[in-house]
Amino acid sequence: MSPRLRWRKFVSGFMLTMTGVCAVVAVVVLFFILGYLVYHGSTSINWNFFTKLPAPLGETGGGMANAIVGSGKLLLLAALIGVPVGFLGAIYLAEFSGTTVAFIVRYAADLLNGVPSIVIGIFAYILAVLPFKHFSTLAGGLALGLMMIPITLRSTEEFLRAVPRNLREGAMALGASKATTIATVIVPAAYRGILTAVLLAFARVAGETAPLLFTALGNRYWSPGWNQPTSSLPVMIYNYALSPYEDWHRQAWAAGLVLLGLILVINILARAILSRGVAVPRS
Amino acid sequence: MHASVRPAVSVNITPTGTGSASREAAAPLPMRMSINHVNFFYGTKQTLFDISLGIAVSKVTALIGPSGCGKSTLLRTLNRMHETVRHARLEGEILLDGQNILAQDVTQLRRRVGMVFQRPNPFPKSIFDNVAYGLRINGTKLPIAEAVEKSLRHAALWDEVKDQLHKSAYDLSGGQQQRLCIARALAVEPEVLLLDEPCSALDPISTAKIEELLVSLKDLCTIAIVTHNMQQAARVSDFTAFLLTGQLIEFSPTPHLFTTPADPRTEAYITGRFG
Repeated sequence: MSPRLRWRKFVSGFMLTMTGVCAVVAVVVLFFILGYLVYHGSTSINWNFFTKLPAPLGETGGGMANAIVGSGKLLLLAALIGVPVGFLGAIYLAEFSGTTVAFIVRYAADLLNGVPSIVIGIFAYILAVLPFKHFSTLAGGLALGLMMIPITLRSTEEFLRAVPRNLREGAMALGASKATTIATVIVPAAYRGILTAVLLAFARVAGETAPLLFTALGNRYWSPGWNQPTSSLPVMIYNYALSPYEDWHRQAWAAGLVLLGLILVINILARAILSRGVAVPRS
Repeated sequence: MHASVRPAVSVNITPTGTGSASREAAAPLPMRMSINHVNFFYGTKQTLFDISLGIAVSKVTALIGPSGCGKSTLLRTLNRMHETVRHARLEGEILLDGQNILAQDVTQLRRRVGMVFQRPNPFPKSIFDNVAYGLRINGTKLPIAEAVEKSLRHAALWDEVKDQLHKSAYDLSGGQQQRLCIARALAVEPEVLLLDEPCSALDPISTAKIEELLVSLKDLCTIAIVTHNMQQAARVSDFTAFLLTGQLIEFSPTPHLFTTPADPRTEAYITGRFG
C-alpha cells in the first residue's frame, strides 16, 4: 500500500468517525435533557401538582393547577387567532394571489417566523397591555397567536399547493366554481397535512416563555377572568427555577416534565395523523 | 410560414369527403357543437389557426395528430378549461346548441359539457361520493343513490363495485378509476363528453373496455375524443379531424379519412411517416 493511499484511507476513516461522533452528540444531548427532566421531575410530581394552587411563601407543598389551566386558556386563544388567520391566508396565497403578492407575503411570514419571541411579546404588550393599563390572559393569547400565524400559514400553503392540479381540473370540469373546488376537494385532500401543521405550531408555542412575561404576566391564584393576568407553565418554570427555595425547584422540574409530556403527545399525535395515510393523494 | 401550410381546400364545419361515407354525410347532420374560425394563443404564441369544425349529435368525433399539434388545446376550449391557464386567449366562436359558449356562465357550461382527463383523477373520496360529487355541488333534487347506480351502470363499472361503494376510489385499478371518472362525468347528464387521451395511462385490456364503453355511450351523449392512437380513432369514431401544427388539415368520416385521405400530409401521418 502506497503512503498516498494509506493517507487517503486514514482521512476517510477519520472523517467517517467524526460524522458518527457528531450524530451521537446531537442525540445524546436530547436524551440527556430528557433523562435529567424525567429523573428530577418524576420524583417531584404528584397528584397535588395537578390539583392544588401554589402554596403560600414559606410553606412547602401545593401545586400548579392554575398554571395548567392558564396554559390551556392561553393556547386556546392562540389557536383562535393563529389558526383561522394562517389557514385562510394560506388559501389566498395558494389559490388566488398572483406570484408577486405570494412572494411578498411568504417572505414576510418567514421574517415574522424569525422574529425573536421576546419582540413579539413587546408588540403584544404595546397592543393589548398598555391601552388597558393591566396585564391579561387576552394579551398573552394574542402574543402566542401572532407566533402561530406564520407557522400555520406557511405549512398549510405548502400542503394546499401539493394537491395535484388534475384534482382541481376534475372538480372544475364538473361545474364546480373555484370556491366549491377549494371547499369540497382541495382542503379535504390536504386536511391531514393541515391538521399536522396546526398541531406542530401548537407544540411550538406551548413552551414559549418570553412573549408571556409582560403580557399574561403570572398569577399565584386562579385567574379571575380573561382580562386579568394568568399563570402559565413556562412562566411558572421561569419564576420557580430562579427562586432560592428547594421546594420550588422541585416543582419547576415537575412543570418542565408536564410541559415536555404535552409537547411530546402533540408531536406523536401529529405523526400518527400523517402516517394514517398519505398527506396528499398521489396524482 | 404558417400561411403556406394552411389548407387551401374546403375544411368545413361539416366533414368533407367523397365516396360511400359521404352519402351519409351529405344529409345535413345535426351539430351539437360548432367551432367557427377559432384562433388560440398562449401569451404571444399562437397554437391554433383558424379552426372550424362541427361535433355531430350522438356521434364520436376524434381529434388526431402528432404531439403538440393542438388537439388537446382544441378539446379544452370546448368546455373552456383553457381558462384555468394563465395568459391563454381564444378568438372566434364556439356554439353549443346554437349558442355561444363564451358568453355563458362557465360553471353552467361545464355541467353540459363534461370532461375526462388523460390520467384518472378520482377525488380522495369513496367510490359513491366520487360519482355523487357533481350532483351534490349542483344541489340536485334527484335521489342520489339511484343516479349513482345509473351512472356506474352506464360506465360499465357497476358490477365490479356494487359491493364496495364506500371504499376509497384509490383502491380501484387504473382502468376502473378511469371508468369511475367517466361515471362521475355522466352523473350530471352532460350533452357532450370530452375525453382527452383517456387511455394513454391504461393497459390494453382496460383500453378495450373503455373503447367498447364509448361506442355504447353514443345514444346518451355526443362524444369528442383526443387520441394519439390512430387505431383507436379508427375503432371508436364516426368522424376524424387531423391536426398538424395548430391547423386543421382534414376532417372526414373516419373510414374515409383512413382509407382515402385527401391531403398528402394526412396520408403521411396515418401511414406512420411522421408523428
